[in-house]
Amino acid sequence: MDLDDASDDHALSVPARSWVVASVGGLVQNGMDPNADDTGELTPTLAADLLDALAAGPDRRAFKRLFAHFAPRVKSYLRRLGAEDQQAEELAQEAMLTVWRRAHLYDRRQAGASTWIFTIARNKRIDAIRRDKRPELDPEDPAIVPEPETPADQQVEASQRQELLRSAVERLPEQQARLLRLSYFEDKSHSTIAEELDLPLGTVKSRLRLALSRLRTLLEETA
Amino acid sequence: MAEHLAPDDLLQEYAAGNLSEPLSLLVATHIALKPESRQTVRFYEDVGGALLEASAPESMSNDAFERVMARIEADAPVVPDGGTAAAPADDAERTREALPEGVRIAADVPAPLRDYLASTGSKASWRHRGGSVAELDLLPDFPGYKTRLLRITAGSRIPQHTHDGAEYTLVLEGSFTDATGRYARGDVSVADDEVTHQPVAGQESDCICLAVTDAPLKMTGPFGRILNYFVDM
Repeated sequence: MDLDDASDDHALSVPARSWVVASVGGLVQNGMDPNADDTGELTPTLAADLLDALAAGPDRRAFKRLFAHFAPRVKSYLRRLGAEDQQAEELAQEAMLTVWRRAHLYDRRQAGASTWIFTIARNKRIDAIRRDKRPELDPEDPAIVPEPETPADQQVEASQRQELLRSAVERLPEQQARLLRLSYFEDKSHSTIAEELDLPLGTVKSRLRLALSRLRTLLEETA
Repeated sequence: MAEHLAPDDLLQEYAAGNLSEPLSLLVATHIALKPESRQTVRFYEDVGGALLEASAPESMSNDAFERVMARIEADAPVVPDGGTAAAPADDAERTREALPEGVRIAADVPAPLRDYLASTGSKASWRHRGGSVAELDLLPDFPGYKTRLLRITAGSRIPQHTHDGAEYTLVLEGSFTDATGRYARGDVSVADDEVTHQPVAGQESDCICLAVTDAPLKMTGPFGRILNYFVDM
């Protein structure tokens, strides 16, 4: 066999999202910038890049960075929602396994990496901790009414949005931040929050609305 | 004409993962039909992502990463999640396949609800509640909620009623009008215990809705008292 032929780029090229190669070829380290700093801060843009790398093929190194950053946060989320340490550990591992398996479905235009991983963790806990089901839409369903195209100059990349939101959340008044955490992190319905804080339901709803619209306005102003 | 989108607090609870299965079903179907609400849910999920990002990490066990890698390596060649059998060609066909024999809907039904309809079995059919209303129970065993598909005959009025809890109604086909406006495909109406309402179905076709009630209805008219008797059966 002619060596030139064997090294022909086309003959060896791997389809960008080939799952067959992923499972038959085993785990190959590829894709990432070899000079990337493995310990530095994981910015939203980098996290989205890592998910894209994982979608392109099995990328242990990209996954390891995502794992190091997100698994402990997912575990913390699950602990706050009532899981024992062991269960939270196992579910966090499950969630990360799902991240690996579904990376090809991640769309960076739609969601930041932490949003996407949040939804995976959320669904795991509904399933395992609350033992309930959460019907979801199927993004491929032709019955879905499509969104109007956003003009290019108004598009804010999801990871950019994420960056802004992260700092905005940190700047919320404690009272509002607490309500958000109760709702997102403690599986508390608005009426349960009202009971626990001894506030009228309307007050809880309006404070939450205030917190959320503040975050929203902030995003829109920056957009 | 004004759209009636689901209230923000319902969308936020859906994004946070705090809604029960019946209400999640209603919201998931609503956002399939209303892109604006879909964007709102996405924003609320972004907030969840930001909170996840800001949370204090809890250390994982030392071998956690290796364990997950071992499971990945042990995987048989996989078909990616979600990419399964080819969907039937057109909208009408998909809906027809999912619907029980005795239940006719012309409009396409989005995925989450379509699956629930299919699961009622091919023999299921409309149960007549007297007069202009027929219904089909979904999730009959879910505690604390009544989840139904309702069909109101074109142009007719449904009996006046109030609610002990809240009633969420998502229009799938046709329309209805009450004191708060006209509701068409994809719109959600929320009636709580303060509201006595008397919806009238549009003339264009029978009105088909997904209705989720978190406590039983109370009929208030004279005819309603008789209906109450049946509702609780």
